[in-house]
Amino acid sequence: MKQLLVFIRKEFYHVFRDRRTLLILFGMPVAQILLFGFALSSEVKNIGITVLDNAHDINSGQIVNKVITSSYFKMQAPARSYTDIERMFKDGSVKCALIFPPNFGSDLYHTGKAQVQIIADAADPNTATTLTNYLTAIIGNYQQQLNPGAKVPYQIIPEIRQLYNEEQNGSLNFIPGVIALIFMIVSTALTSVAVVREKEMGTMEILLVSPFKPIMVLVAKAVPYLALSLINLVIILLMSVFLLDVQIRGSLILLFAESILFIITCLSLGLLISNVTNSQQTAMLISMMGLMLPTMLLTGFMFPLENMPWIFQAVSHIIPSRYYYIIVKAVMLKGLGFSYVWKETLILIGMTGALLGLALKNFKIRLS
Amino acid sequence: MKTLRFILQKEFRQISRDKTILAMMFFMPVFQLIIMPLAANFEVKNINVAYVDHDHSSYSQKLVNKIASSGYFRIIDAPLSYQSGLNLIEDGAADLVLEIPSGFERNLIREGSQKVNLSVDAINGTKSAIGGGYLLAVIADFNTSLDVNIKTPNSTVAPMQTIAVTSKNWFNPRAEYKYYMVPGILVLLLTLIGGFITALNIVREKEIGTIEQINVTPIKKWEFIVGKLVPFWIVGMIVFTLGLIVMYVVYGIFPAGSLLVLYLFAAVYLIALLGLGLLISTFADTQLQAMFIAFFFMMVFMLMSGLFTSTDSMPGWAKQLSNFTPVTHFITVVRLIVLKGSGMADVKWEFLYLIGFAIALNSLAILNYKKTN
Repeated sequence: MKQLLVFIRKEFYHVFRDRRTLLILFGMPVAQILLFGFALSSEVKNIGITVLDNAHDINSGQIVNKVITSSYFKMQAPARSYTDIERMFKDGSVKCALIFPPNFGSDLYHTGKAQVQIIADAADPNTATTLTNYLTAIIGNYQQQLNPGAKVPYQIIPEIRQLYNEEQNGSLNFIPGVIALIFMIVSTALTSVAVVREKEMGTMEILLVSPFKPIMVLVAKAVPYLALSLINLVIILLMSVFLLDVQIRGSLILLFAESILFIITCLSLGLLISNVTNSQQTAMLISMMGLMLPTMLLTGFMFPLENMPWIFQAVSHIIPSRYYYIIVKAVMLKGLGFSYVWKETLILIGMTGALLGLALKNFKIRLS
Repeated sequence: MKTLRFILQKEFRQISRDKTILAMMFFMPVFQLIIMPLAANFEVKNINVAYVDHDHSSYSQKLVNKIASSGYFRIIDAPLSYQSGLNLIEDGAADLVLEIPSGFERNLIREGSQKVNLSVDAINGTKSAIGGGYLLAVIADFNTSLDVNIKTPNSTVAPMQTIAVTSKNWFNPRAEYKYYMVPGILVLLLTLIGGFITALNIVREKEIGTIEQINVTPIKKWEFIVGKLVPFWIVGMIVFTLGLIVMYVVYGIFPAGSLLVLYLFAAVYLIALLGLGLLISTFADTQLQAMFIAFFFMMVFMLMSGLFTSTDSMPGWAKQLSNFTPVTHFITVVRLIVLKGSGMADVKWEFLYLIGFAIALNSLAILNYKKTN
């Protein structure tokens, strides 16, 4: 036991000696939370818009004013023709256009019916849908002002409740994903490299001939990264609460217990990688390219899993972070208890066992 | 010049000898370009709805049928209580629960209005916003049809002035996500090759110690750097070409604009990126560090470049930051040229931006690169 402690201390020194890696270790989560939280929200605002107003009457002017004052749009120079509109779409200055036909106002006044056209840049489909919805709502709102006395005689009024996120915080989705990503980076990538480095340098030989059980070498290697990952978790949670105004609804103890489980899963994976590779570069490529990408793609926090081809959905079932993501979302954001996440927890435990078994089986005491 | 030729020879030999790197450089990007857009589909479809009908009247049934037939929603269940509806949301089985109160039909006919409750799982912002929007539209539509069905009790309603809104989708009439994602992902992969692999390659020389050997030869600094960058620039252009082929063969997207302009941009962009790779390599002593720094930059680039979310909606500081990343400009340009057929005149500013980046990044890198450590 005392030996083990000494070893763990040695590993800690190793980690803390490398200032730059440390900076990455703790700088990365901070930067990611900032970027994901503030820059990547799902809101749509300040979108460039142009108006082709062939009517130039009071009504079209009033609608244009409504558009200008909304925070969703940023009015660009008016267009004089469809060619103009096309040019503005092509140089990227606008993403939608509003077109009033000639006699817009007089049609409205005399016949009670008028037309207006919206053109949206559908290269980005969701944004196009959202913009069209916004503009339609603005016009609908104007129509109501035109007819103050008239009420649609029968109407169903929907009352919307935004569950778990009343303030429409656009970054909620990402936080559990960022946590999973950081654990993958720190626990998997760094651990895998740490063990392989000893192999490359030849120091592994020395460790293995020491009167110290080989398995303990691995344990000692893993402990510092476990500790670092937990510190990162605390940093991320603090930032989420104080910077991004995220409410942690569930039990912190459960959240930490599940996190420790997932970190151990990552560490096992890292050890497995380091045992089957012989150079830092290969280890890095496998853990960065081979693992980061599937994690990003198939966890479900960046891309909706349900839209993917079935093969991806099938593969996503073997990605540990997928289950961790579900657990964190349920516990942290929805405030649910263990009874909701026992299935995912069991799957993670099973995966950890399998990975650890594989890692130990491949751990060669004698180096070739 | 002769020295340079020898250095180039050495670099090409090294690259072509290392099978891992070769596979990484050519096979990976192509593979990822085929795979990633399949996954990066943000289309909002199949919104799962559970409805709780406390009224069991013909109108509540009509409303549910209307929702079911609109094409956006999948009715997954009709639980008996709001609580069981909420459980469906907690499990992630439902995205929204519609609760129709008892007395719905009666109140509608007697009083002319009736509230229904919509509870949306708002953790996923896009889905809840678009899904809620669709449902509101369906209900609004249902409202107008109600007027026709129910005999108006007070027929003195003033004639309404209505504005009919028609909307058109340009550049992507079928609203398919691939058009948006494939060009963006292509840029990302090019970035990976340009910035990432170069940095790793140079740092590797440092780590193995071969850079020392080169430093004691009469090779000049610029010769060494050019010798490092030219092969990767060529590799980058090949990858870009492969990417365009994949884009056409797999996804059926052919650039609407001029290929020449596209290649011109790619050439300048790669020079800028190689400069960045070189710069990263001057800051790192080990491959591990280089990897992490590069990874960090990739993260920032990926999130800030407008690949997934439009840069217009970002807060001011984020917009500034994204303006300072070359990736943002190149993604914008590739999307404009490929999807909208923009010409050089439309994107000249972006071109100047990229040239600026190329000059700035390379100058910084060369200043930072010392022959003696």
